[in-house]
Amino acid sequence: MKKNSTPLIQQDTLIESIIKQIVMIVFSVVTIFPILRIISVSLRPGDRLLSTSLRIIPLDATWDNYITLISNGKFFLWIWNSAIITLITAVIGLSIAAFSAYAVSRWKFRGRSALLLFLLGTQMIPAAMLIIPLFIIATKLSLVNTYSGIILAYSVQAVPFSIWILKGYYDTIPRSLEEAAEIDGAPKMYIFFKIILPLTLPALAVAFLFNFMSSWNEFMLASIMLRKSTMHPWTLGLRDLQGQYQTAWGQYSAGSVLISIPVVFLFYKSSRFLVSGLTMGSVKE
Amino acid sequence: MSFEIVAKSLSQIGITLALILIAFGIVEAVIFLVYNKVLKAGDKALTGMLLAPAVIGLFLLIVIPLIYELVLSFSNMNLHHFKDPSFGITYFFDNIKRVFTTKILKKMTFWPLLFQTVLWTAIQVTFHVVLGLMLALILNSKIRFKELYKGILILPWAMPPVISGLTWRGEFHSEYGFFNIILRRLFGDAAAIPWMTDGFWNFVAMNITNIWMGVPFMMVICLGALQGVPSEYYEAAAMDGAGKGTRLFQITIPLIKPVLAPSVMLGIIWTFNNFNVPYFINQFMLETSDILVTALYRAAFTYNQYGFAAAFALVIFFILFGISIIYMKKTGALKAVGD
Repeated sequence: MKKNSTPLIQQDTLIESIIKQIVMIVFSVVTIFPILRIISVSLRPGDRLLSTSLRIIPLDATWDNYITLISNGKFFLWIWNSAIITLITAVIGLSIAAFSAYAVSRWKFRGRSALLLFLLGTQMIPAAMLIIPLFIIATKLSLVNTYSGIILAYSVQAVPFSIWILKGYYDTIPRSLEEAAEIDGAPKMYIFFKIILPLTLPALAVAFLFNFMSSWNEFMLASIMLRKSTMHPWTLGLRDLQGQYQTAWGQYSAGSVLISIPVVFLFYKSSRFLVSGLTMGSVKE
Repeated sequence: MSFEIVAKSLSQIGITLALILIAFGIVEAVIFLVYNKVLKAGDKALTGMLLAPAVIGLFLLIVIPLIYELVLSFSNMNLHHFKDPSFGITYFFDNIKRVFTTKILKKMTFWPLLFQTVLWTAIQVTFHVVLGLMLALILNSKIRFKELYKGILILPWAMPPVISGLTWRGEFHSEYGFFNIILRRLFGDAAAIPWMTDGFWNFVAMNITNIWMGVPFMMVICLGALQGVPSEYYEAAAMDGAGKGTRLFQITIPLIKPVLAPSVMLGIIWTFNNFNVPYFINQFMLETSDILVTALYRAAFTYNQYGFAAAFALVIFFILFGISIIYMKKTGALKAVGD
């Protein structure tokens, strides 16, 4: 059955089309306006930061704020800290999730339902609730202000959600593949690494990205665990810039633009998969 | 940014990774040997070996901290008793009693905070679902520039939440934020709104920010759900002469309800636990716009009342747990768990 609308379903009248366009335009403007404002402020010269002009591209646009931000050296330190912490936690998180999701998808074992329910339950735990014991444990083990501490704390944060997404993908891979390989005498380990993992590369990419993003954008735990300014990830760095409202607003905006561009780009590249992962299992074909 | 810092961070991370790998190597070897030599069930070894990292990781970093949280709620741990807290059942009852009877921070007591959190969650989820569904319905119909609109409307979801939060905070500034600039130009100076200093307007500001941030997610979920509705239903309805309104309320909404139920549940949980928006928009100037989780953060890390905060956290968790269970019972969401 094709999804084309048949002649039976009446077309929109002209009025309806116009109303739809107006709604879309209004919402698009409201959506994009604050983002354009960040760009606008980032291009203002230093002495006109606090203007009340609403022009998007200021008449005297300059790259001053970008140059100041990059030349003070801190910005690259923040990016370095964020990148290294995020990359390692995403690799750990993805590995943990990929292995266990396969086991959950393929075999019934004692405690399987309990594990799945537990994974769901973890989503209800307020982040602020976990931070209190994590902070105290980290203090007692002197892991505050260390990369090791934050990496350990982050490493399982995104695991429950990743397992759900990956399990959904593994479930769609027919078992006949493994059965055929087993008949040929291939060991289970070989089947998993050589047959299953390559097939699930898109799902693994999405889960990796999800792990990456959740650490990259995390603020609360970082604000407690990484108090030293040399340890700051970009989230805390920008918070400090924005806090010194009068002086650093332009630099804050420049930093926001530089950080948002790659994040938004990655998001657009992967959003299709993310959505199918989210609605996986609930949409009945 | 120097060579020294890079070297230091890399060595620290290298050591951490090496330790993790060695620990898991040992664990995996033990599991393999136990299954093969002791239980004589070699075919089950792989299941255990694949699950071990997740089970151990979740146990060490989620279960143990939660148990420790429970233990903390039986203590008087705070700034003065950080190294030498006392534990006992009376401390637990004291902490719980304090949650419900005294001020959580300096001004607000528990019940107004709970009311504010429920109000915040209700407003947010309603707006997200209604606006998200409305936009999805338009995007799902024949319309020009569809891809362009979709690309723009999804932007707030793509933006890092910290940047969205801090940016909106700047835009609520009484002099230089665009809200007041526009209001002043349209209606004169008297129309400027004290977004950051007045409790009510700060709460409104929080809500505006989070509606902007949260609609795209629901819109995309609704769009996915709408695309799963077979067109035969509409054709049959059109034959019977059903109008557009009838079709929306009699066919579309009943059909996508079960698909949306889990996402709405996630939305409720995320909003209830949303820390970033209330924290950034208010940044501690006002207690009046706190919700439960921001109050919890401050009880723990501004006032260092760790024992009390642990008890408070348990109360918050059980409230949310209760709301979720009721919601699941009502909608039959997430029945599929475990199959």
